[in-house]
This record gives sequence, C-alpha cells and structure tokens, in this order.
Amino acid sequence: MTLKTRIIPCLDVAGGRVVKGVNFVDLIDAGDPVQAAIAYDAAGADELTFLDITASHEGRDTIFDVVARTAEHCFMPVTVGGGVRTVEDIRKLLLAGADKVAINSAAVNDPDFIARAADKFGNQCIVVSVDAKQRLDAKVGGDNRSEWEIFTHGGRRPTGIDAVEFAAKMVERGAGELLVTSMDRDGTKSGFDLKLTRAIADSVEVPVIASGGVGKLQDLVDGVTEGHASAVLAASIFHFGTFTIPEAKRYMLEHGIAMRMDAAA
Amino acid sequence: MSTVAIIDYGAGNLRSAANAFERVAASLVNSPEIIVTADPEVVRRADRIMLPGVGAFADCKAGLDAVAGMTEVLEERVIRGTTPFLGVCVGMQLLAGEGREKVITEGLGWIPGAVEKIKPTDPNLKIPHMGWNTISVLKPHALLAGIPDGPDGLHAYFVHSYHFLTEDPAHLLATTDYGGTVTACVGRDNIFGTQFHPEKSQALGLKLIENFLGWTP
Repeated sequence: MTLKTRIIPCLDVAGGRVVKGVNFVDLIDAGDPVQAAIAYDAAGADELTFLDITASHEGRDTIFDVVARTAEHCFMPVTVGGGVRTVEDIRKLLLAGADKVAINSAAVNDPDFIARAADKFGNQCIVVSVDAKQRLDAKVGGDNRSEWEIFTHGGRRPTGIDAVEFAAKMVERGAGELLVTSMDRDGTKSGFDLKLTRAIADSVEVPVIASGGVGKLQDLVDGVTEGHASAVLAASIFHFGTFTIPEAKRYMLEHGIAMRMDAAA
Repeated sequence: MSTVAIIDYGAGNLRSAANAFERVAASLVNSPEIIVTADPEVVRRADRIMLPGVGAFADCKAGLDAVAGMTEVLEERVIRGTTPFLGVCVGMQLLAGEGREKVITEGLGWIPGAVEKIKPTDPNLKIPHMGWNTISVLKPHALLAGIPDGPDGLHAYFVHSYHFLTEDPAHLLATTDYGGTVTACVGRDNIFGTQFHPEKSQALGLKLIENFLGWTP
C-alpha cells in the first residue's frame, strides 16, 4: 500500500461562473462550476480546487453558493483559493463545505495570519499559495537567495521575498500544504518549473502541489519524479478536453507513479 | 423516524459529513433523519451518534468539553448504553486515553491507547499523510463489510500527522501503510472510529456510512 499521487483539476471562477468555460461534451451548462465539479468527481479526480478570481466586491459571496452546491454532490476534498484574507473568510468557506483554503496575498502581507488560521482550523486545511517567478535582479542580494521571488495579485506584484525561504517560513507558521505555481510557466503549456518545485519540495516537510504550465501528460510525470511534488494541479488540459483525468492517471501509472484508479475499475 | 446525531462542537467539516450522511440516508428504505446538533438532549434521543473532528487533539477536546453536558450524554448512551457510535479523524482519536500532539491531553478513554505522531521510516515521506491510500482489514467488521481492501482495494482519504496506537491489539481493526503501519480503524462493541474521512472517500466512504446506518452491534 502506498499513498497515491493526486491529480487536482483547478477551476477558475468569477462571479459564480467558470472563467473561459469547460469543454466537456456532456455538460448542459459549461459555465456552471458545480456541473464541472461533478464531472471531475465522476472521472476520478482526487481533489478539486476552485480559484475565485472575482474582481468586484459584490460578486464575492457567489463562491459560497458554488462550494455549498458542490459539497452536496461531490464526496472528495475541495480547496478554495482567492480572496481569503480573514479568519472569518476561512470559517465561512469551511462551513459551506470546503475542506481546505488556499491563501496567497494575506500570507505574504501578514505571515502570522497563517499561524492564527492554523491554530483555529488545524494545519490540514491551510494551504499556502506560493506564486513564484524567476528573479529579474538575479545578481542583487546575497548567496542565500534562491532563483525565485514571490509575487502577489495574480503574479502582477513583485515582493522581493525569496520563494524558498517564504515556503519554509509558511510551513513553520502552520501551513499543511503548499501550492507552488510558477508564474513564468502558467498558461504556457511548457511544463512545470521543475527546479522551483523541487527546491521547495525538498526543503519542507509538508506536501507540495505543483502548478503552472502543464501542456502534456509527461509534464505531470515530471512534476512528481523530478519536481518531487505530492500532487499535480492542472486546468486547461482538462477543461478543454485535451486529456481526461483517467487518461492522465493511466499515463502516470504506466510511468511508475502510484495512482488511485478506483473510478476506472 | 430514527435519527442520527452529528455532533457540532465547533470542530469539523460538519457540512461535508452531513451531506454524505444525507446522501446515503436518502438511498435507504427507512431513511433516518440526519441532525447536526450541539444539544446534548438531541444526542441523548438519537439512535446513532457521529463525532467528527479536524484540527489539533487538544483544541478538539477543549471544544467538546465546552459543550455543557455533551460528554456525560455520550458516556450514558455509548458506554453505559449501546448506541452505535462513529468517530472520524480527530473524533476517532478522542476515544484514546491520551493525545500527545504538542501537549499531553486527556482523551475520552473509551479505547485504551494514545495518539502519537506518525514516524515514517522513509524520511522523504511528507507529513501530514495527506491523500488517498488503501487499507488492510485486520478483523472483519460490519462497518467494513463489502469494502474491497488490500493494494487493489478501494481508497480512503487521509489527512493527519498523528495516529491512534491502541493498547489492546484486539481494538485495532484496520491499518494503512505509510512508511510503516498506520492506524486506519479502531473499535470495540458499539464503538467504531476511522482515521480517514468517509465523507471525503467517495465509494469507500459512502459504503462505510451505509454500513454504519444499518449497524446493529
């Protein structure tokens, strides 16, 4: 028996609707995140992540309804990220049916927020999103710095904070898992930033989810074997039907990675 | 109509647990009513009791203790009575005599043993043990009936850094493997506990909940 590597489809949601839509043949409403979630559940996804990218304040509450309706139908772990800033935000998401929350800007602005959140709800439900980019100023700073810097606000705002140091600090504060996204690779389909993923995975005790850049199935395998990730997250390759979850799982299994094949059996 | 009380003591993914129980209940001929409650009187009258729990052992115990009269009712119904009881995750760990997570905390003491940190032999294994793993059933049990186990069996969803080491091997009902043996299920008489989350374990979890709703220990 072995712990299996997780495949996590990620749905970007704004105002309660899937951004860009999901290209599944059977969906009546491709913009409904709940229908997409149910399809992924049936396909054997190991977890599901909703990233709420709602820009306006008014649309914010729609995510609670999405989570609540998803939790009525899907009996697998659900993570929600985007705009999580207070202990009250976390409580509302967990009460709606989320199992974990992913925190980004609030963790950068106030690392102790992670400690307070982990104390309140347990480390297991606090995921810290590490959004990293290659440094533009590679020569600035000391020898102790890694090649990557943390960005906030969806990768638009540099912080000068070292990504590997930040990751270790977040785990120390109580993060139970890290979602490591390469902002350089995101949307490029050129594969995960394996060096980044590995640098962080090898330096922390908690599981790392690799994210950003998946274009082909081998990228998922590389994320685990070379990036040392415990889970792989992808969006467009699944949404647009390039590959199905069972195809991805079978490919990873054939390449020596232990996968959960319950749904396929 | 029979009732199932899911205890609300401020710890746990109550909505998820209630959703899964409601889904299974709806598929049964005599659907029991699923009640999420912090009221000891409702628990006293319930035909089955489920104790969830996520977070740290000490926090969960403090949370349970903070609900006036709840532990007394639980002991009346489950220990002196025979009401079927299911504890999940930290709700299962609380059955132990003591928790050793960060601080030593007294548990309910219904099943002798202690809750200790998982120590995988392989230092590369991550803590928490988070994700899907198969289980090995050591002793057949009504709640595990019809669930394929072993390496080719169904998977259960785990997320924990500590596990329950029972004093009496007879109380250890199922295990999983994570760089060594890790406790998956414990039980005795009308008491059953799972370290994994049935409410998040798709087919395996729904089957276990169905078994619990039909269990006559």
